[in-house]
Amino acid sequence: MSTPDRRRAVVTGLSVAAPGGLGTERYWKSLLTGENGIAELSRFDASRYPSRLAGQIDDFEASEHLPSRLLPQTDVSTRYALAAADWALADAGVGPESGLDDYDLGVVTSTAQGGFDFTHREFHKLWSQGPAYVSVYESFAWFYAVNTGQISIRNAMRGPSAALVGEQAGGLDAIGHARRTVRRGTRLVLSGGVDSALDPWGFASQLSGGLVSTVADPERAYLPFDVDASGYVPGEGGAVLIVEDADSARARGAERIYGEIAGYAATFDPAPGSGRPPALGRAAELALAEAGLTPADISVVFADGAGVPELDRAEADTLARLFGPRGVPVTAPKALTGRLCAGGGPADLAAALLALRDQVIPATGRTARVPDAYALDLVTGRPREAALSAALVLARGRHGFNSAVVVTAPRL
Amino acid sequence: MTRRVVITGVGVRAPGGSGTKEFWDLLTAGRTATRPISFFDASPFRSRIAGEIDFDAVAEGFSPREVRRMDRATQFAVACTRDALADSGLDTGALDPSRIGVALGSAVASATSLENEYLVMSDSGREWLVDPAHLSPYMFDYLSPGVMPAEVAWAAGAEGPVTMVSDGCTSGLDSVGYAVQLIREGSADVVVAGAADTPVSPIVVACFDAIKATTPRNDDPAHASRPFDGTRNGFVLAEGAAMFVLEEYEAAQRRGAHIYAEVGGYATRCNAYHMTGLKKDGREMAESIRAALDEARLDRTAVDYVNAHGSGTKQNDRHETAAFKRSLGEHAYAVPVSSIKSMVGHSLGAIGSIEIAASVLAIEHNVVPPTANLHTPDPECDLDYVPLTAREQRVDTVLTVGSGFGGFQSAMVLHRPEVAA
Repeated sequence: MSTPDRRRAVVTGLSVAAPGGLGTERYWKSLLTGENGIAELSRFDASRYPSRLAGQIDDFEASEHLPSRLLPQTDVSTRYALAAADWALADAGVGPESGLDDYDLGVVTSTAQGGFDFTHREFHKLWSQGPAYVSVYESFAWFYAVNTGQISIRNAMRGPSAALVGEQAGGLDAIGHARRTVRRGTRLVLSGGVDSALDPWGFASQLSGGLVSTVADPERAYLPFDVDASGYVPGEGGAVLIVEDADSARARGAERIYGEIAGYAATFDPAPGSGRPPALGRAAELALAEAGLTPADISVVFADGAGVPELDRAEADTLARLFGPRGVPVTAPKALTGRLCAGGGPADLAAALLALRDQVIPATGRTARVPDAYALDLVTGRPREAALSAALVLARGRHGFNSAVVVTAPRL
Repeated sequence: MTRRVVITGVGVRAPGGSGTKEFWDLLTAGRTATRPISFFDASPFRSRIAGEIDFDAVAEGFSPREVRRMDRATQFAVACTRDALADSGLDTGALDPSRIGVALGSAVASATSLENEYLVMSDSGREWLVDPAHLSPYMFDYLSPGVMPAEVAWAAGAEGPVTMVSDGCTSGLDSVGYAVQLIREGSADVVVAGAADTPVSPIVVACFDAIKATTPRNDDPAHASRPFDGTRNGFVLAEGAAMFVLEEYEAAQRRGAHIYAEVGGYATRCNAYHMTGLKKDGREMAESIRAALDEARLDRTAVDYVNAHGSGTKQNDRHETAAFKRSLGEHAYAVPVSSIKSMVGHSLGAIGSIEIAASVLAIEHNVVPPTANLHTPDPECDLDYVPLTAREQRVDTVLTVGSGFGGFQSAMVLHRPEVAA
């Protein structure tokens, strides 16, 4: 058995459920063709709200993907997670016949909002009708561990598992913890993140963060790194990745390897008022060091791309310091899906692996004019073909979370 | 070679007392702190008992701004963090902040604040389309509770890896297990870890009412939590928190720190069976116990005390007893097993950390806390559950376990550092 330091964690399967792109290839095509997944909210009458745009998944019919008995007990976010888990496992060619022990299959997911639409309905029943009307499923459809638990049950995965919360950064933390779990000896860990909170209460709560754009035009509302950046647009969905021990994947004859999770690190910003700079750059440096790479080895950066001028500038400064001015191609394809909270990092990671596969960098949505002072080589307008061997994926969460993952192209 | 991890600071907020000493006094006296719910009118509910804390944020030193900014669970976590840091004697100001991490567990996070804000926004549940005009600036943080570990990080001066581990009722074990991994792999030298939950609110009470998981023994609140007793009929919901300072062993030794215990081993498995149900056989919990002992390189006979999950539901206590027999063999019959939930109730994600606190204090004082309210034997629960009265005995090694919705089964082995092979 190889020692933890020598175990390599590779991605052998992936799937995405995102606005404008249900399923990996649809998602990827949407990113490459610049199809905008942001539109007017259609789930409820949002006319009272100062912002009315969201990245909605509108082509997911749950009954087509899940058995009927799971429908009354699951929030929309859990349905996405369960379907995406099915697709990712199928993509990896993993099933009951794979000969993997149930304790060698773990699940590590992230959600920052839990089953919020579901729980809003139960709050409403409790307070408008009374305790007797609260669903017998509310106790587990709501909490943050729901996706890990449901995926574990559906796929008989009994290995080391967890659920992590870290706002927008939590999804990459889940991938990092999956990698850690593989390096500690579990053969395969299904990982990723999914979020959705587009019910009236959930959407209002997202607005209370103060960073959601009030621009009404879906083509102009979320413009990361643009001179007209005005905030972000909330979205729903995420991605699931199958993280596997490289030797074990080879031993079972895995059909494909998308790439290696070569490095991961998480840092936290200094407390407000300290006057010291944020710690995103340190997360990137630590992830690079863990991968045994230098900034010069990175072919593309998938940025956090907050779409808030102050945050965009901070990220641009970090990248310029690490890579030099315009030193590396940077993109933020989440501009087309909205920010997916815990789903955002895993969706970006999926995009990064697909970029390595196809040697092409998707563009940053509708972003067109980047301030010179950012010194960014931002991929805008159309995809850019390039020789890609390693990608750095960044995510930041409200209050100071920073996570970084380095993925490298599969070794031949 | 492998970096060893020790606990050098403890902070507890549990029903029945405000700090670590009061908590330990309650446990060793075998007193119970469960009572009729006083936080709201519980008359419409099936279960109307809880383990509540008389928490005075102002007396705890929180400023008015902190009181408004921090959810109750966050206040608990921060209060325990301050206590644990003071207890550890660690001068965090002298440490490199990038080497300090945070791993906070919570099952339902800001549930209480969510509900309070819901009532404002929905006009007490009348409106489905909640009114954004009544939006609190803190609502985002209740929806997406990253602010909880963030507040702990600010209190501890942590700028290393910071996360919230939310594995339902095993969160408090798993957050500390996560912290151990961070230190072992070298991602941090010090991690402030633990858990907090404040679920005594109508929506959470209704959740457990709906599936009859909580006890309806409303006429006898002080004796309502009855783990392993033949008359048990559900758990008693509670609130609480416990936080720890975890350090790399050699660094702790060098600074002459008081070491409560080493975290020798930790493991978690899922039962992949049912979101709330448990099989009778205890297979997956037994596997996590085996794996935790294996990581600690200890034989099962080394376990001096088992701090049980012991929630007091019919199925849990039976499941757990089977798991102990399956993993510990004959030793399961010889080793004392007890559940402190009999005294402080079940504070969901927090209780795993509160039970770690009880476990390290058992080592510290060489006392095994009892299982209160245990009078009636259950043929399916036939181990030594230390009924009613604490027991003085040598305690070098403790096994503590947790089981939760979603199927999580976690186990941790804590021991005096000198026990290690």
